[in-house]
Amino acid sequence: MESLFSSIEPLLFAVEKPARYVGGELGSQEPVHTEDTVAWLLAYPDTYEIGLPNQGLQILYEIINENPRAVAERTYAPWTDMESAMRSSGIPLFSVENHYPAAGFDLIAFNLSAELTYTNLINMLDLAGIPLHTADRTDDTIVLAGGHCTYNPEPLADFLDAAVLGDGEEVVTEITEAVRTWRAGGAGDRSELHRLLAQIEGVYVPSLYRPVFDGPVQIGLELLDPVAPRVVEKRTIADLGEWPYPKSQLVPLTEVVHDRLNVEVFRGCTRGCRFCQAGMITRPVRERPAAQVAEMVAAGLARTGYDEVALTSLSTADFSGIEDTVRGIVDDPLNDGRVSVSLPSLRVDAFTVATAAAIGQVRRTGLTFAPEGGTWRMRRVINKLISEEDLFAAVESAFSQGWRRVKLYFLIGLPTETDEDVLGIAELGARCVEIGRRYHQAVTVSASVGGFVPKPQTPFQWHPQDDLDTLTHKVALLRQAARATRGLQIKWHEPAASVAEGIVSRGDRRLGAVLERVWRAGGVFQEWSEHFDLSRFEEALDAEGLDLADYTTRQRAVDEMLPWDHLSAGLHKDFLVGEYADAIAEIGVEDCRWTPCYDCGACTTYGLEHQVAAAQPPAGGSQGTGQGLALRPTTPVALSARPS
Amino acid sequence: MTGEISTRVRLRYSKTGRIRYTSQRDMARAWERALRRAHLPIAYSEGFSPRPLLSFSLALPTGCESSAEYIDLRFREGEEGPTGVRVAEASGSSGADEVARLLSDLVPPGIEIESAAALDGAGGSLQEQVTSCSWSVEVTQMSTAQLTERVDYLLAAATVPIERERKGRRVTDDLRPSILRLEVVGPGEGPGVIRLDADLATKPRGVRPGELLGGISPQVRLVRARRTAQWIDDADGRQEPLTRDGRLPTSVPSLAAERS
Repeated sequence: MESLFSSIEPLLFAVEKPARYVGGELGSQEPVHTEDTVAWLLAYPDTYEIGLPNQGLQILYEIINENPRAVAERTYAPWTDMESAMRSSGIPLFSVENHYPAAGFDLIAFNLSAELTYTNLINMLDLAGIPLHTADRTDDTIVLAGGHCTYNPEPLADFLDAAVLGDGEEVVTEITEAVRTWRAGGAGDRSELHRLLAQIEGVYVPSLYRPVFDGPVQIGLELLDPVAPRVVEKRTIADLGEWPYPKSQLVPLTEVVHDRLNVEVFRGCTRGCRFCQAGMITRPVRERPAAQVAEMVAAGLARTGYDEVALTSLSTADFSGIEDTVRGIVDDPLNDGRVSVSLPSLRVDAFTVATAAAIGQVRRTGLTFAPEGGTWRMRRVINKLISEEDLFAAVESAFSQGWRRVKLYFLIGLPTETDEDVLGIAELGARCVEIGRRYHQAVTVSASVGGFVPKPQTPFQWHPQDDLDTLTHKVALLRQAARATRGLQIKWHEPAASVAEGIVSRGDRRLGAVLERVWRAGGVFQEWSEHFDLSRFEEALDAEGLDLADYTTRQRAVDEMLPWDHLSAGLHKDFLVGEYADAIAEIGVEDCRWTPCYDCGACTTYGLEHQVAAAQPPAGGSQGTGQGLALRPTTPVALSARPS
Repeated sequence: MTGEISTRVRLRYSKTGRIRYTSQRDMARAWERALRRAHLPIAYSEGFSPRPLLSFSLALPTGCESSAEYIDLRFREGEEGPTGVRVAEASGSSGADEVARLLSDLVPPGIEIESAAALDGAGGSLQEQVTSCSWSVEVTQMSTAQLTERVDYLLAAATVPIERERKGRRVTDDLRPSILRLEVVGPGEGPGVIRLDADLATKPRGVRPGELLGGISPQVRLVRARRTAQWIDDADGRQEPLTRDGRLPTSVPSLAAERS
């Protein structure tokens, strides 16, 4: 392959943020492609700034490049100005390392994290000159997808050679070997490649299955080849400590989101929030040993020079010994008192004054708590069992330690939600502002409100989503109620975008043609509000003879076949059904990391266990109605009110 | 590990290759990371969100190369860093080369530190002191003859109105007073590429190479631009903020300092 850089360079003076297209990050590799290497192009279907920090992609980048039989480069969706410059100059999608054309790679592997980026994937294939449809490919680049959205990849089935379920650390090496085998056999017959891939655990090959529909419902799934498993089970790495990646996190030359050192402290979450797909599909909990976390942080800071480190997971305050870990970082003399720690995804019931003090010592970065529901009733439905006391104690911890600004995350459109539940968000926000005023003259509490989209492989996978009018009404109601409180800001996600997300989230294979129409009508970067347009989705559904309501607001029967029933995260269907029933009955369940197993299937299906260092919930633990409330210690330091 | 460093240090560096596509803000962040990796006891601003005290000369437009960029660093007086670097008790002492040595491998590829000097006293802001810049600009889409004609016309004109964006609005500015020198030098690198040299004033506003070309002709296209010098005007003519061989300006009062 030949570098395209000399033809790309003349375009760079005229585009926004040209550093996105030149590579050169610290940690970037210089892969040497040979006859014997399998060449992977790891792709993120959104801009460089959003895609570069993606940890999954960076982990696989290193693992593949460590394999002497494979090389990996990266690519991202070029912004619209660059894309049109590339198209008018005849430049295809390229990698940022060697600036090789995408179609010259053996595989292009997309990270799928958000439904609204699906049309970007189609656009990138087109820009690469790779045939859009799997059925039209011969010896062309193999198109793969991984990431959370692949637990229902059916809307993209027409475009993917294969989708990978679960952790990618081990499976990428097996895929490399399958591609080598196929190439050794002359790479002539693509169905032979598909058969090789389908025999790898965790790899789903859509072309070996044919769904059968009757009206809105999928009523059958034909297996077209004997090697295709009836159910594809996800991959799970048993011990995160064996995978200390990324070892050389990429430090970009230009600013990106989450521009800091990121160290994953555990994977999986068993808090059991019923709306949360990530918490359902990534079980069990696998903690990284605290000593390894400390090593990765120290080595990472020395290598990168970052002044912020994020300890990432789905609920970092639950990490065993979180306070010691944070204190170890801020007190390290090499860090000169200048390195701050951020803990994304804070659970309020595990957040204490001590944690607040430790993370606030250097710089008070934003603090975000996620009560998700505005009333205790609502939180019982979604099994986010944090009491008002938990929330107020956490917020008080923050304000008492000097924070003046706190962010709260909520969902609206949750199952069984009433106007009263929505107004509860404004009430909670107002109470938080009131607490803040005891410590500071002026405080800001901002409540970010997203529209709930039911996700596959969760207890709400059967539940109707709110329609556009209902969501719009709820946003208006909340904004009106919030006006009464100075210092309370409401930020909301565009309800129409939640609708579009909902179409795709639980979509079936017929949506492939719909997504293609949306893309042909110019619908790229749909996750960017300035480019989003629901009418493109509505028109495309019409043209395909499909009904928006069937995908979004229709109540699905629990015995109905779902388009993703043959894809498994290990969860037993009776567990999900039971959770759904409990939700409607407003009954919560405990966190099984510290309480007896209720057999969701995630461990037992694969012979796995939780790996958790501490046998006790970290600080609080009102998880379970009343259950464990006694475990919560009294607020550890005295809180003093602002002198009046 | 090392000896003593001055409290204030000026570095001169070049920026070439792919790193030229980064913005000034990106560069500031790269220097901050390099300073932390070197464990140099950089001084921080006060306030809610303290930032390292480093200041740059005039911002280099994204996409342009430079062989004359400057950064002034401030260290915490009398402090010792965790790896043994000691900052002097007062300004004006030596130790600038040590700073350059520690940083040279830690800045991104494409950044070369060319010289260093300890600064005396409070000094002043480089952004305030620099009065003009020299540029070497390579263009295409016009012949040498056409370009020479346009340049002669422009130099003879009393005013050269150009449109530019300021705070999101289109405004018309006069380009002419900013052009101190402009000449067609000859062929540049690559087929059909012609090189222009220009000296452009920085007051009241800096002029970017792209804006200069807009004044020459809408037809001409920028291929490459490199800042070759920044200048401080004074009674004796013009001087660089720090020469490649490490000399500071002599007659700018607040900048008198001994060499490192």
